[in-house]
Amino acid sequence: MKQENIYLDSAATTRIDDTVLKRLTKFMKEEFGNPSSQHSLGNSAREEIEKAREEIARYINAEPEEIFFTSGATESNNLAIEGLAINPENSEKKHIITSKIEHPSVLETCKQLEKGGYKIDYISVNEEGIINTRELENKITNNTLVVSIMHANNEIGTIQPIEKIAEICSKKDVYFHTDAVQSFTKLKVDVKKTNIDLLSASGHKINAPKGIGFIYIRKGTRLSPIIHGGSQERRMRSGTENTPGIIAMAEALKINRNQKETERIRDKLIKEILKIPGSRLNGSKKERLSNNINVSLYGIEGESLMLLLDKEGIEVSTGSACSSHKLSESHVLKAINVPEMYINGSLRITLDTIKPLTEKQINFVILKIKEKVKRLNDISPFKLNPLEVKNG
Amino acid sequence: MVPKITSYTEKVLDHFQNPRNMGQMKNPDIEATVGNPSCGDVLKLSLKLKENPKDKTNPKIEDIKFQTMGCAAAIATSSMTTVLAKGKTIKEAKNITPQEVAKSLGQLPPIKVHCSNLAADALKKAIEDWEKRINKCS
Ligand SMILES: Cc1ncc(COP(=O)(O)O)c(C=O)c1O
Ligand code: FES
Repeated sequence: MKQENIYLDSAATTRIDDTVLKRLTKFMKEEFGNPSSQHSLGNSAREEIEKAREEIARYINAEPEEIFFTSGATESNNLAIEGLAINPENSEKKHIITSKIEHPSVLETCKQLEKGGYKIDYISVNEEGIINTRELENKITNNTLVVSIMHANNEIGTIQPIEKIAEICSKKDVYFHTDAVQSFTKLKVDVKKTNIDLLSASGHKINAPKGIGFIYIRKGTRLSPIIHGGSQERRMRSGTENTPGIIAMAEALKINRNQKETERIRDKLIKEILKIPGSRLNGSKKERLSNNINVSLYGIEGESLMLLLDKEGIEVSTGSACSSHKLSESHVLKAINVPEMYINGSLRITLDTIKPLTEKQINFVILKIKEKVKRLNDISPFKLNPLEVKNG
Repeated sequence: MVPKITSYTEKVLDHFQNPRNMGQMKNPDIEATVGNPSCGDVLKLSLKLKENPKDKTNPKIEDIKFQTMGCAAAIATSSMTTVLAKGKTIKEAKNITPQEVAKSLGQLPPIKVHCSNLAADALKKAIEDWEKRINKCS
């Protein structure tokens, strides 16, 4: 009998939840109206969208008018940064601050603006992946438009001190945007208490479908739309609303998420993997998402390890250069100074918070990781030298 | 179709999962290491030669072993290169091209061409080093 695959890549995307799926199909097949239509099918779609908006707003303590639906967090991140930049009232401010470990949807947007004459500062992070808030504070000038720092990192799971960052930004009177894709539903956010101006999130990381996300934009923020058309979302984001996606995303907030159990499994996996000679933990021990495990193994390459585990039905991810489209090593692992002999040997395991692994699955995963690492160690020309391992 | 990074052929996967001639060798006659750990790939070849009575400058490769840190393509091409080289004379082995290795494996994803040249390059480098050494001595 073929056993079921063990999916350990929830930072990439998640499986849709059953109740969420029911809501989704209902609004695709039965209540499929266009919310802009005047008939009752249209009206009921409109009502449900507004209900979803309220639920999402309440979840982060925002006002419903401050929530705008998008096609996902890539769009939300683009809109946050570019939308501020192109607003005529911000035309004097040509400086943006972000970090070295942001998602490409932030970094590439910044790079694009850099070509157009903006000055971008990429704040460094320490070995745990936490940004240097002093450097951030020193870099802010009268010219600074926005500080964009993610809440939690998608590769290493490091949680940023966003309260502190928000405090600095509000003191210096610059906008603060946070990409909360990975932390959303895992860490509590209160946009009022924390003074967040803009926040991005995505449906498919929280057991809702792909292609839906939202952005929270604090009232009064000088931001212009980047997608123009039929004036949906109060002109902020044109295009027929993705009603099923919106409703499904709001539904996903009601799922019971087992954070304590997720953390327990995370810690057990980390503890067991770190027993392997030549292993190291990437990221922070303490400031870490409940579902993230990122380790590196000396002298082996991550894509090989991923493939061998895949053959056993275990789906993981790696930051190895060999597995990237550009054959370049992970910018995040580089930013936290992972040593050369470890940087391409990373293994990322990200757990689902609604369906924790069973004890049997956990033990199987540990066994297979140990077995495959040993196998690749045998093939590798780099044999462990205890001194080198200590430095790692 | 947009090429996938890990769309390996069955043959590549076979050589990746069951690499031939993998390991270390005691007292090799030639050794060569190529690659760079920061790029994710390093390959070490060791060869044992056997005198060729017909031509002293062209011994046979009696045994060959590899050790590789790298992706599946790197490991599979290392394995295939040793299979192709074993039993050949060094002059024959020097002419094994990366294309020949790739062809013997079916096909390799385009993005992996760079790292899969590594094994044939290492073989060539190892043999050329040996030839230089021999020429100096004689
Ligand atoms: C931190 C982070 N930001 C942004 C995104 C992009 O989200 P989406 O896939 O919804 O465009 C992702 C997911 O890949 C992410 O992990
Ligand atoms: S070893 Fe890096 S791509 Fe093959």
